[in-house]
Amino acid sequence: MRRSNTLNLGTGAFVVLGFAALFFLTTQTTSRGLSFGSPPHYDVTAKFDNIGDLRVGAPVSMAGVEIGRVAHIDFDTKVYKAVVLMRLDSKYNQIPSDSDASIYTQGLLGGKFIGLSAGGAETYLKDKGQIDFTQSAFVLENLIGQFLANYAKSAGQSSPAASKTEAPAATEKTK
Amino acid sequence: MNLINELWQSLIDALEGLGAVVRFLLRILMATPSALLRFDLIVQQIFNSGALSLVIIMLSGLFVGMVLGLQGFQLLERFGSAQSLGVAAAIGLVKELGPVVTALLFAGRAGTALASEIGLMRATDQLSAMEMMAVDPIKRVVAPRFLGGVIAMPLLAAIFSVIGIYGAQLVGVQIKGVDSGSFWSQMRGGVNLADINQGIIKSCIFGVACSLIAVYEGYHAIPTAAGVGRATTRTVVTSAVVVLFLDYLLTAFL
Repeated sequence: MRRSNTLNLGTGAFVVLGFAALFFLTTQTTSRGLSFGSPPHYDVTAKFDNIGDLRVGAPVSMAGVEIGRVAHIDFDTKVYKAVVLMRLDSKYNQIPSDSDASIYTQGLLGGKFIGLSAGGAETYLKDKGQIDFTQSAFVLENLIGQFLANYAKSAGQSSPAASKTEAPAATEKTK
Repeated sequence: MNLINELWQSLIDALEGLGAVVRFLLRILMATPSALLRFDLIVQQIFNSGALSLVIIMLSGLFVGMVLGLQGFQLLERFGSAQSLGVAAAIGLVKELGPVVTALLFAGRAGTALASEIGLMRATDQLSAMEMMAVDPIKRVVAPRFLGGVIAMPLLAAIFSVIGIYGAQLVGVQIKGVDSGSFWSQMRGGVNLADINQGIIKSCIFGVACSLIAVYEGYHAIPTAAGVGRATTRTVVTSAVVVLFLDYLLTAFL
């Protein structure tokens, strides 16, 4: 009897430990894992000209604090804009309706996230509401293109001899 | 000509061996329903192959995680993204190292024990005695051991992964000074439920493979001291090769 008890105890402890490990893996190491009764939330959409490589699940933050996540990304064929559905925590339900949404990058090469900055309106964003003021993702290629164009222009001004060869290239790029 | 004959013969032998293993698996599966009725036997085997393997699994997991943390840190630091250590270590452990290393350790710790136990039963005629008493040794001896191993493996792999992530955190955050918040938040952002599922599926399949090889080798051991020793060795070698081969296949398909 004694032996059987330690056997059952050991097996029980092992199985509990194993399932605790599985539980830890599915809840603590992943954010989009099992959510037991998802916390109360409300949905807000925003239309962007260009979302870069923003993904579903990216954080939505305000003053650097995560207040929600990107739940869905769609493309509006009428206005040729990306429609981003953000799922915000109901705890933060006092966001002015004229707030603006911008897409930022975590670090220089990190993933994209949406930053909201508060507006001054007296009314607050509601469920199924829309954020009208948006700023697109900062696309590194465009920036490099602009930089090269400006560089070519300034190089052309400083040495007129070189302007003939470099200026056309610069105008092409700015177009 | 002789060489070709030998090659042909070894190919035939290999196919015969594979066929015998598959038929043995089918016999075990046929015996599974009645083995499940004697659940206390399975509990005992879960204890033998699972709970008794905990120490080696946890120690190895800790050290594998610590090495991963150290190597990952040194590599990621070059690109200035040491914060990604969490996601790198977690994905490496959950998808690859957890199931594979656990399976290899399981073959060494539990597989050999199963093979030599059943092999000794064969060598000391215990299995023949059971047959004489009209007790099917597959039902009474083999199936509970097989099922115990199959149940224990995913749990062991999950424990390995969790301890490994803790080990990586220990080295990365406590020693090397990666920010704790970004370690965990990058992990949460980067690991999907699909990654964890892939790890669980892998470890289940490895559990079937390792347990099957162990009980097969033990059951078909030559009933001598040398035969049992050979069966034990073959268990480890075959399990290691099969696990690594299956790992490639599963990674490619999943």
